Amino acid sequence: MTDTVIAPSAPARTKRWLDTSSRAAEARVRRRYRAERRFRAYGLIALALTTAFLVVLLADILSRGLPAFWSHSVVLEVPVKVEEIDSDNKRAELAQKAEQLRAARRSWIGRLFLGPNDADRAPDPLQPIRAGDYFGLARQALYDAFPGVEGRLERRKLQGLLSTGAGDPLREQVAADVGLIGQTVRARLRLSANADLYLKGDRTPIETRLGRGVATPSGTTGEIAVLTSANDFADYLVRIKVELSLRAEALRAEADRLERRAGAAEAERVKELRADAAVLQARVDQVRGEEALDDRMPSQLVAINGGLVKIEKLSDSSISGRVILPLASAAEAQPGAWQVVTYLTPEGNRRLGDVETAFLERLKAEGRVERGFNWLFFASGDSREPELAGIRGALVGTALTLLVTLLLCLPIGVLAAIYLEEFAPKNRLTDIIEININNLAAVPSIVFGLLGLAVFLNFFGLPRSAPLVGGLVLALLVLPTIIIASRAALKAVPPSIKEAALGVGASHQQAVFHHVLPLAMPGIMTGTIIGMAHALGETAPLLMIGMVAFIVDVPGSLTDAATVLPVQVYLWSDLPEPAFKSKTAAAIIVLLAFLFIMNGLAIYVRKKFERRW
Amino acid sequence: MDMPVQRSFSHDGTPAVAGHADAPKVMARDVNVFYGEKHALKDVTVDIADKGVMAFIGPSGCGKSTFLRCINRMNDTIPSCRVVGRITIDGSDIYDRALDVVQLRARVGMVFQKPNPFPKSVFENVAYGPRIHGIARTKEELAEIVNVSLRRAGLFEEVKDRLHDPGTGLSGGQQQRLCIARAIAVEPEIILMDEPCSALDPIATARIEELIDELKADYTIVIVTHNMQQAARVSQRTAFFHLGSLVEEAPTEVIFNNPKDRRTQDYITGRFG
Repeated sequence: MTDTVIAPSAPARTKRWLDTSSRAAEARVRRRYRAERRFRAYGLIALALTTAFLVVLLADILSRGLPAFWSHSVVLEVPVKVEEIDSDNKRAELAQKAEQLRAARRSWIGRLFLGPNDADRAPDPLQPIRAGDYFGLARQALYDAFPGVEGRLERRKLQGLLSTGAGDPLREQVAADVGLIGQTVRARLRLSANADLYLKGDRTPIETRLGRGVATPSGTTGEIAVLTSANDFADYLVRIKVELSLRAEALRAEADRLERRAGAAEAERVKELRADAAVLQARVDQVRGEEALDDRMPSQLVAINGGLVKIEKLSDSSISGRVILPLASAAEAQPGAWQVVTYLTPEGNRRLGDVETAFLERLKAEGRVERGFNWLFFASGDSREPELAGIRGALVGTALTLLVTLLLCLPIGVLAAIYLEEFAPKNRLTDIIEININNLAAVPSIVFGLLGLAVFLNFFGLPRSAPLVGGLVLALLVLPTIIIASRAALKAVPPSIKEAALGVGASHQQAVFHHVLPLAMPGIMTGTIIGMAHALGETAPLLMIGMVAFIVDVPGSLTDAATVLPVQVYLWSDLPEPAFKSKTAAAIIVLLAFLFIMNGLAIYVRKKFERRW
Repeated sequence: MDMPVQRSFSHDGTPAVAGHADAPKVMARDVNVFYGEKHALKDVTVDIADKGVMAFIGPSGCGKSTFLRCINRMNDTIPSCRVVGRITIDGSDIYDRALDVVQLRARVGMVFQKPNPFPKSVFENVAYGPRIHGIARTKEELAEIVNVSLRRAGLFEEVKDRLHDPGTGLSGGQQQRLCIARAIAVEPEIILMDEPCSALDPIATARIEELIDELKADYTIVIVTHNMQQAARVSQRTAFFHLGSLVEEAPTEVIFNNPKDRRTQDYITGRFG
């Protein structure tokens, strides 16, 4: 390349053009193109991988979390009995007072923002009505929907289908309209988390087969036997024997293994295993007679005459078992009019037992189960009951915390950046300050939490778990980011703009505030939003200042105890109830939505302020 | 800010000597400029007459722009820059402590090498100076000042329908004339031009040169240029700078036809530079 022009004063040098035709040159060109193609391929692979991971992540979170935005309720006619709520003589007075209260409550703004604290302050004329046992009413309505289910155990299982908060909406409804007392109200009663999960698909597959013989039940409730004229249960018996022989086989294999490995030391245990296997084998080999079911086998039930019998023992043509749903009569059932129902997942592997499953299936068949949007998730604070736990507390806590952070960070950060970039003398002191700001941006966030604990809580005595303190700590964390981003944005403004302003006689400050700052604003906004997004996802420093507590109430002010979304995710992910897994994913979705909204806002603001030059 | 800017200059109360036909507008005596350790300008002594055009020529890095920026103290914005010596405008020292540099820059306008309109509307570009100096009392006055300035810069006819479109949307030559309009909107006495045509095509350059020719009746114009034909065309006097020193200063036709110094002659005839 260097010798394409030859000076006349250097005749000794031969003329050399750039070599483009030799084999070496061609190879060089090919290598160059190959390198470029390789580089592009790497880029594409990286992009594809990230996209794939992102899609998998989002799909996973959405598939887990979206069901939590819906919930199931059972719709029942609930008689609001006077004796459960209040004595009759107080009602007129209460109705009048309720009217006044309703007027105050009509403003939805007050409802949204005043929060529960406000209601506490005012003496509530509806106190006696609120104190009523609404869960009792709901429970009684459910009992009434299953006439004939009267055993203590059955009723306890029936009650278990209802959420402990099932009566709360009823309470609100009655408190809002005392005229309902004494009437029958059609109410949606929230189901418990396990029942809800069952209805959302975490359930056993169910198989039904029509009976071929004429079935004769021996009774309508309690322990009954059902005889059939055909070999209706022979298949099931075979299935049980297969299962038993598999178990015997497994026991024998275990015994063999122990004998080989441990020898005499485990002789006792080997003997036991072999004995158990022999018992099972005997049951398999027995030709006729009854066989018992246990909870490690699929459950078998007989649906007959409008009732349901859980099979405990069966032979080829007869079963005996316990009635779950009472039969209408003990009359004979013709072939095809009765059926054998199988819950394929063994009862021991299910959260919802046979009895609860039967109740739920009955409610579903009667069309009493309704699916609706889970407003409670956005309207309530945390709870130990998964079906009652909501995100409202964390959302409000996050909003309050970020508000404090933004109000502190934006003015301080931007002004500091302007001073450092435009006005500060360039000397050793400002160099040290600059280095330290850059270092602060890299300090692990938990250190800021410790700082907040030591300074804001212990020294200044601010309240624990408060959004105010959370906001202060996050402001410390985000400030360096904002200062660095703002300085970069200020530096990126062409100096000619400032010179032009100075040239027409603007003072330094005028030049900066009239011309440089507006041009730097989009960059500053971007930096601020990145900082706020960073703060939004921060958990560790907030743990140090106590925002990790279990807080049920929605915070009403900056000094109320609160938690934030990421901490709520952390708290829920730690809980053992399976329903909280879905809540965790739902909280993540809400957190991401919050983030998207913030970023969308940032893009909008940036586009609005952006000016080209 | 109430007083008209261009009168409030003489800080010691004595009437400035402006108006006297022979008194130079700008006097520089033994001006030295240092950028840190670097000695950029050495003992420059020159007088610039009132009204008319003075051109500074010389090879790159010879200090002509540095000297130009001394006249409105634009060098103050460079932290490492130090100016020694004395520069007066109408007899008063512009490096005097009591002098307000903002007032000085309102009196000494500047047009830069690259057109640098503010990223605002054409109107706002011109109105900015009068607004911050409080020159216009009403909106109508401000609009009048903008119109007059644009007219004097020869731009009004071209932009009168898009006064509220961004100034950055104009062509390069129009942008540079907008910058001139912006400079003259605050009624300066001196306009400094730092290679105003180096980023423009020949036609736009010709327009600017015409404009300079018209403005020289009312303003003292100092222009730095690399284009010697341009210096010959627009200026009455020319100063040649070399290696930080002022080599020669004389009427333009003397510099170009009969320079005293060998270095001037070499530069003009293209031996170096």
